[in-house]
Amino acid sequence: MEIAVISGKGGTGKSSISAAFATLNEGVVVADCDVDAANLYLLFNPIHEEEIVYIGGNKAVINYGLCTGCGICESYCRFDAISVINSRMVISGITCDGCFLCSHICPENAIKMVQNDKSRMYSGSFRNGKMVYGRLSPGAENSGKLVNMVREKAKGVAKENSLETIIIDGPPGIGCPVISTITGVDKVVIVTEPTISGLHDMQRTVEIVQKFSLPAFVIVNKYDLNSDMSDQIEDWCRQNRITIAGLLPFDKQMVEAMIMGKSIMEFNSDNEISKKIKIIWNKITNQKK
Amino acid sequence: MIKIAIASGKGGTGKTFVATNIFHSLVKNQIDAVLVDCDAEAPNAVAFFKTKLTRVIEVTQLVPVIDTRACTFCGKCYEYCNYNAIFILPPMKIINLIEDLCHGCGACTIACRYGAITEKHVSLGVVNFYSNNGKPSLVEAQMNIGVMSPVPVIKAAIKQINDLTGTVILDSPPGTSCPFIQTVAPADYVILVTEPTPFGLSDLQQSIATLRKINKPCGVIINRAGIGNNDVYDWLQENNIPLLMEIPFKKEIAGIYSVGELVSATDLIFAKRLSSVVEKIIQNGNSSHQRERRNREIEY
Repeated sequence: MEIAVISGKGGTGKSSISAAFATLNEGVVVADCDVDAANLYLLFNPIHEEEIVYIGGNKAVINYGLCTGCGICESYCRFDAISVINSRMVISGITCDGCFLCSHICPENAIKMVQNDKSRMYSGSFRNGKMVYGRLSPGAENSGKLVNMVREKAKGVAKENSLETIIIDGPPGIGCPVISTITGVDKVVIVTEPTISGLHDMQRTVEIVQKFSLPAFVIVNKYDLNSDMSDQIEDWCRQNRITIAGLLPFDKQMVEAMIMGKSIMEFNSDNEISKKIKIIWNKITNQKK
Repeated sequence: MIKIAIASGKGGTGKTFVATNIFHSLVKNQIDAVLVDCDAEAPNAVAFFKTKLTRVIEVTQLVPVIDTRACTFCGKCYEYCNYNAIFILPPMKIINLIEDLCHGCGACTIACRYGAITEKHVSLGVVNFYSNNGKPSLVEAQMNIGVMSPVPVIKAAIKQINDLTGTVILDSPPGTSCPFIQTVAPADYVILVTEPTPFGLSDLQQSIATLRKINKPCGVIINRAGIGNNDVYDWLQENNIPLLMEIPFKKEIAGIYSVGELVSATDLIFAKRLSSVVEKIIQNGNSSHQRERRNREIEY
């Protein structure tokens, strides 16, 4: 069973809640798909067993020995990545989308495509099972593809080790890496917080989850920071027939646990949040499709 | 014009909180400013201001339309497409476009020698303009739900403010990949907002590594100071990264933000501290420009 934990808005406590889920029961596979800002390895200190190179796209590079400065590439590029600076054709590595078009049309064959091979995917063990995570090199692209790779690996690892549960810690937003994170999972948990931004981003996230007809559960984290807003979120979910899996209070122990490199479950299993997370987990996993 | 991006690797550290409050403080101090919400996947800045939507620009992308009667199934377009957006089975005479994968680069259109490919526009999102008194004060990039990448909408929004004067505040999307890079690349300075926790530090380190790669000057605001530990402070000091300001963790601040209100509207000291952060950046920016200009003059 694959359970994805996502949130439209960042910083709602998605990773801390994923970590708690991952330490509830023996033997799980954790897939950290927030490849832009992977964090769970900080808590779980996995022992790497495998390192895999991920090719995160291509960038066009000009061979100035061949370039005649004709400007054909500039006129064809749709990403505004090519310009003339000091009477020389220059390709911006930041804006280049890696489409290869300029390399095809250059009459002098002066443009080569170079692979970005700085990103990595790691697979290994942690104290409660197996873990797979991606680390996108700074500024790399195509994080959706790396997410797919992490999920495929996690499924393979789960099968090899006869582990049933895969917990996916997803990225924020609603774009390509999020779509890659939720496509084909069994259940989606949306973590939100009681703020205007939290409500607004949750609505956009629910819409994307519904587009894929996936069963969604909402957790309102830090609900007591603004109970009125939390009520509004609950009302909206009820009207839209989204299951509220539970409400979690604000507690500094969440941060203290993180500093100790533990999940809240491991840090203090008697904490109110730990108890509630157990109930939430049962609610999510017991609901039939 | 000076462009200042407010960014953070980790989500939810208070980017939008800082961006909206800075913008508000600047305007209150009679400084000519525009706020651009570049978090196109989840734009929220508008909710903090009473303002009117005055103009909407649609952002589109070109996608190919394949005329199967003219198509010879030679496979050249498939070969040119680097996004695997063309599905082709020549023996069955099947060719399809997978629109979600298409980046609109136009390579297939160039590749086709039989005139079988034309192009049409599809919508990716909108750029919304809000204003109070005729001048645009808030620009919002908003991606359509289901679209893969927010980058074209972000680029379109930033393009719109290129001819403006004054101070432009760019509220960046989280992360360190393309949407973040597209927002910070045109900026003159980047303010990173973080929180003093292990997750906050790890993501801050990754954002700063990215900014160093593209030579962007940056400084850090620590939000929710008081929770967590001192590791972020130590790391900033060791790496000579300026700490621009600390915002203490207070339940009242969280409460004000949660209902869509601005702390800088009631807390004048806070407003002043924020606008002085920006004023200092602007002053430093100007003096380093002048220094550069002077150096150039000497060279000539």
